[in-house]
Amino acid sequence: MSRQYETVIGLEVHVELATKTKIFCGCSTAFGGAPNTHTCPVCTGMPGSLPVLNKQVVEYAMAVGLATNCQIHQYCKFDRKNYFYPDNPQNYQISQLYLPICHDGGIEIETAAGKKVIGIHEIHMEEDAGKLIHDEWEDCTLVDYNRSGVPLIEIVSEPDMRSAEEVIAYLDKLRLIVQYLGASDCKLQEGSMRADVNLSVREVGAEQFGTRTEMKNLNSFKAIARAIEGERARQIELIEEGKQVIQETRRWDDNKEYSYPMRSKEDAHDYRYFPDPDLVPVIISDEWLQAVKDRQPELRTEKLARYKKEFDIPDYDAEILTGSKHLADLFEETTELCGKPKKVSNWLMGETLRLLKEAGQEPEEITFSAAHLAKLIELLDAGTINQTVAKEVFEQIFRDDIDPEQYVEEHGLKMVNDDNLLRTVVEQVIAANPQSVADYKGGKEKALGFLVGQTMKQMKGKANPGAVNKMLKELL
Amino acid sequence: MANIISDETIEYVGILAKLELSAEEKEQAKKDIGRMLDYVDKLNELDTTGVEPMSHVFPVHNVFREDVVTNGDDRENMLKNAPAVKDGSWKVPKTVE
Repeated sequence: MSRQYETVIGLEVHVELATKTKIFCGCSTAFGGAPNTHTCPVCTGMPGSLPVLNKQVVEYAMAVGLATNCQIHQYCKFDRKNYFYPDNPQNYQISQLYLPICHDGGIEIETAAGKKVIGIHEIHMEEDAGKLIHDEWEDCTLVDYNRSGVPLIEIVSEPDMRSAEEVIAYLDKLRLIVQYLGASDCKLQEGSMRADVNLSVREVGAEQFGTRTEMKNLNSFKAIARAIEGERARQIELIEEGKQVIQETRRWDDNKEYSYPMRSKEDAHDYRYFPDPDLVPVIISDEWLQAVKDRQPELRTEKLARYKKEFDIPDYDAEILTGSKHLADLFEETTELCGKPKKVSNWLMGETLRLLKEAGQEPEEITFSAAHLAKLIELLDAGTINQTVAKEVFEQIFRDDIDPEQYVEEHGLKMVNDDNLLRTVVEQVIAANPQSVADYKGGKEKALGFLVGQTMKQMKGKANPGAVNKMLKELL
Repeated sequence: MANIISDETIEYVGILAKLELSAEEKEQAKKDIGRMLDYVDKLNELDTTGVEPMSHVFPVHNVFREDVVTNGDDRENMLKNAPAVKDGSWKVPKTVE
């Protein structure tokens, strides 16, 4: 009988915090600046420069810790993690090893197998590294330090997960918590949320953990799921062949669906941590901690309960809308403006999600404003435009956030409520389609639909479908 | 000297520090490090039970910055510190992942 294996997974999740400036200097954290335009002596590691801690980083870290049921170390400090690599100009990364800001928490996840709490070992604050770009022409490496010193929190879970499904549920929950707190936008693709997967396998029933590997370069939920399956299979194969799993860092190649060892033996994991003498300890008073607690915003679970109570929308809609902070904000803002939650929900659940799916985008990438959606809903309600035109206009709003009122005006899309014009067109359509007219009179209801379509076509889609129907029936 | 540093240790420390030492330098470094560890052993003779490890000499804490951008684009000056420059970036020898 073949042996049964259990997968044991722990995650290290890095989240880039949504501060305006870096963790230890006043350089901007804005994404996409020209290389090295957001740098200074501190974040390029110049001798003699001194780091000064960004207070907002501490507050965000505390907020995430509280929302994940962690204890807060009210006395915490920073340590240096030493390693040589050109993305790290100081030759050490400022991080927290001995007294991380948050510890011993956990969040509840739900999968098909039921509810389960995933422990959080600790959350610490640290700085991001620069970006290395390989230059093909000169076969050298170019370094951009814009990202160097961007604040990160690293959320280290306990090895409590047993499947890819649990890992995705945990990441999804974590992402929502952090997004709701406004602490980060958590975009996996852009790297503002990154997950390293620590994975080992053991025979079912074994008490000892197997040797684990750490996998990096996972930039989508799908890649994470595939990497877990791939690495599980690789480790089981080694064990079945009587070989050893080596503890190492591996890089997942999502195209080849295989992981490769990342670092050579020369880069030993020996970081020689020691307290950073340039940074003084952080002491969090009870008052400060309470102030952060008092400012905690409504999180997903609470928002979902409120939506179900407050708005007349299906539970399913409430789940989807609150499943993205951005979508929920958009829903609330638009509803506030037009006072029609059901209609707002329909536009978001229907057309918006459809267009997102078409573009392969996440709700966080929506760029249109609540004001323009609200206006569109009002134009439709007032009978200024019909449903077909509204959908067309919405596509423009979705794409370029255009002002629907102006757009309808400029493109002459207003519904035509001219009875005389409609009568003339309907008469023409009847005259031009004797067969359909005969079919209709012979009892074929479908034929009427064809005649409505023909009329709408003649009116360039701007007629009121109800009025067309009525007029046709009257004249037939 | 109570602490004897092995060849393997000095080799390993050299790798961590990215230092290439000659045979002579290695011998010297072994002696230096041995003496340093002897000194630490001496310190360890002190009974420090109940004494909190100290990481800072001054009783200062909570030195913060507000989250406000104070630095503009100073790329030109920053790149003066670079060993070589290309396309607004620091140019370094090829680094293979």
